Amino acid sequence: MSLTLLNAVVAVVIAIGFAALNAAYLVWAERRGAGRIQRRPGPNVNGPFGLLQPPADGIKLMTKQLMIPGGADKALFMVAPVLAMAPAIMSFVTIPFSGSIVAHSMNIGVLMIFAFASMGGLAILFAGWGSRNKYGVMAAVRAVSQSISYEVPMLITVITIVMMTGTMDLKELALSQSGGFWNWNLFPSLSSPLMPVAFLIFFVCTLAETNRAPFDLGEAESELVAGFHTEYGSMGFGLFFMGEYANIVIGASLTTILFLGGWGCPFGLFPGVWWFLLKIYLLIATFIWIRWTFPRTTIYGLLNLSWKILIPISLFNLLLTAGLLKVF
Amino acid sequence: MSAPIHIRPDETFTLNVGPQHPATHGVLRVKMEMDGEYIVKAETVLGYIHRMHELMGENRTYPQVLPNLSRLDYLGALGYTHGHVLAVERAAGIEVPERAEYIRAITVELNRVASHLFWFGAFVMDLGGFTPLMYAIEDREYILDMLEAITGSRLTYCYYRFGGLYNDIDDDFIAAAKAFIPRLRKSLKKYDGLVTGNIIFRKRLEGIGPISAEMCRKYGATGPVARGSGIDFDVRKNEPYSVYPEFDFDIPVYHECDSLARYKVRMDEMEQSLRIIEQGLEKLPDGPIMPKKKPKLIKPPKGDYYQAVETARGSFGIRIVSDGTKNAYRFKLRSPTYSNMHMFDEACEGMMIMDALAMMGSLDLVIPEIDR
Repeated sequence: MSLTLLNAVVAVVIAIGFAALNAAYLVWAERRGAGRIQRRPGPNVNGPFGLLQPPADGIKLMTKQLMIPGGADKALFMVAPVLAMAPAIMSFVTIPFSGSIVAHSMNIGVLMIFAFASMGGLAILFAGWGSRNKYGVMAAVRAVSQSISYEVPMLITVITIVMMTGTMDLKELALSQSGGFWNWNLFPSLSSPLMPVAFLIFFVCTLAETNRAPFDLGEAESELVAGFHTEYGSMGFGLFFMGEYANIVIGASLTTILFLGGWGCPFGLFPGVWWFLLKIYLLIATFIWIRWTFPRTTIYGLLNLSWKILIPISLFNLLLTAGLLKVF
Repeated sequence: MSAPIHIRPDETFTLNVGPQHPATHGVLRVKMEMDGEYIVKAETVLGYIHRMHELMGENRTYPQVLPNLSRLDYLGALGYTHGHVLAVERAAGIEVPERAEYIRAITVELNRVASHLFWFGAFVMDLGGFTPLMYAIEDREYILDMLEAITGSRLTYCYYRFGGLYNDIDDDFIAAAKAFIPRLRKSLKKYDGLVTGNIIFRKRLEGIGPISAEMCRKYGATGPVARGSGIDFDVRKNEPYSVYPEFDFDIPVYHECDSLARYKVRMDEMEQSLRIIEQGLEKLPDGPIMPKKKPKLIKPPKGDYYQAVETARGSFGIRIVSDGTKNAYRFKLRSPTYSNMHMFDEACEGMMIMDALAMMGSLDLVIPEIDR
């Protein structure tokens, strides 16, 4: 595919627009979903079904004054929200929505997404440290130890899949599962019988990486007020908020591409972008459902889960797959 | 994770939890000496919402103090006004008609259920689960509607009078209460499935926040907190008052001493309260709700009077020292949460802040009642 400069710009703008639109409207979806679960209507005043609520919230956040607390590290304080949002948007560039809809396909797409995902932890650390708030620092320490310990099993699981397919290109990864749901990585194959477990590990890690409940220890509001963004108001808070939802979309997209066959139809018919969107929004609905059902875990429970259960199992899966790949 | 740790004092920092903090549900302030996530030492600071109810009790006549009592605890207000009217009735020797006593018992128990329901929701919200709060509030709404219909207010009731009640209950109330009992029983089963069986919930509470029976005795803790530590004490059984001896109900006691035990005590207590309401509605006698003979001006004879009642939070006591005038000479309130809360300082040492605040939730604190 030859890529002129104009094409590239258009593609990147579309990717950014998709990320921003998703971030805004997932907030609406989350609040409506929470309303359903809690037997209340949720936002329903502004526009039909409350659909004008996200722009209203955006205007409100943008018109508020940005307050920088005294004694805060100004540079870090200002950089952190941008650092939370920018990598999330950048990751969209490499995600293939279908065989032809992709901003820029590259052969190390998986690696790039994980590199950008790691920067999210940096943003949280900057925010907590820079705002000079004890709650913020505690939350930042929690969030960073959390993202470090959950990146390990996540990456090991991804390595297993990369080993099976022999490519790090997201497009190739999705294409290798086309044809029908029996080809998906979700289901056990001859060379890797533990794939459903790997999917579960990856799903839990995605929840933890995106700081979603029940792993939202970075913003555990009953203990740490609002966690790392306690001191943020205005659009600084808004960017953190949008970054979180953009990360959720990326997490869901990555899960879809790695395990659920990307844009392939479960029965091999009419593959296309609609299947991809259907799959990611189903996953996001599951995220929302989980958030409004479960209480929060403890920080040591969370770290124990990663180091004592998820990492050994994913390592075992890696070794098993490596061995079986040699045999078959 | 609750093993005590020893660190040098120069490695710690001070964290102010409160007076404005989402976990304290009010204006309680806890000064915590922290080592990272661990609490080295905690000190609760009170007085942010002190309103001098005891002094008001000495400056006003007995009926004038009546509304004050429901401002102590906005979640279980009827229990506190019940204590006050019982104390004054005992002091002034006023007879209460049987129907009034039954209605008092029914309404107090309804209020206890409402208080426990709200605590259940707020406690699970402390642990990070938001949905149970909405479910609990929906059930509590039925109780508030019922009580509003007969008392005229939704939270700070002034329903009891010396000698009886302000207002008789009607058939609508009885029908609503009878319909509510099976409804709540169904809900309690649902809560059990949604919350009690949840693995994250159990892991956060089992064995966390231990409060021993000795500690309860040392600080004078009562109510569900003491009963979760294996102390079988309930004023309704041990020092019976009103018509409670006529009812058949159990006192749930758990010996695990952890946050989960306190949770279970309250959930079981709701079922026992429903039993009392059921029996009360069945046995409800006909008759007047105010005595025929009642002194116009209440002037208890000289003496020292004490009355304890079991409120939703524990044993609430009123001491009235009368010098024979229309005002009390001394008006002392013994509020249960005040004693329950002071265990927090000692119990949370060496705990992580998450577990400590989960334990604080399990103590069921209502701050205006601590400060009075």
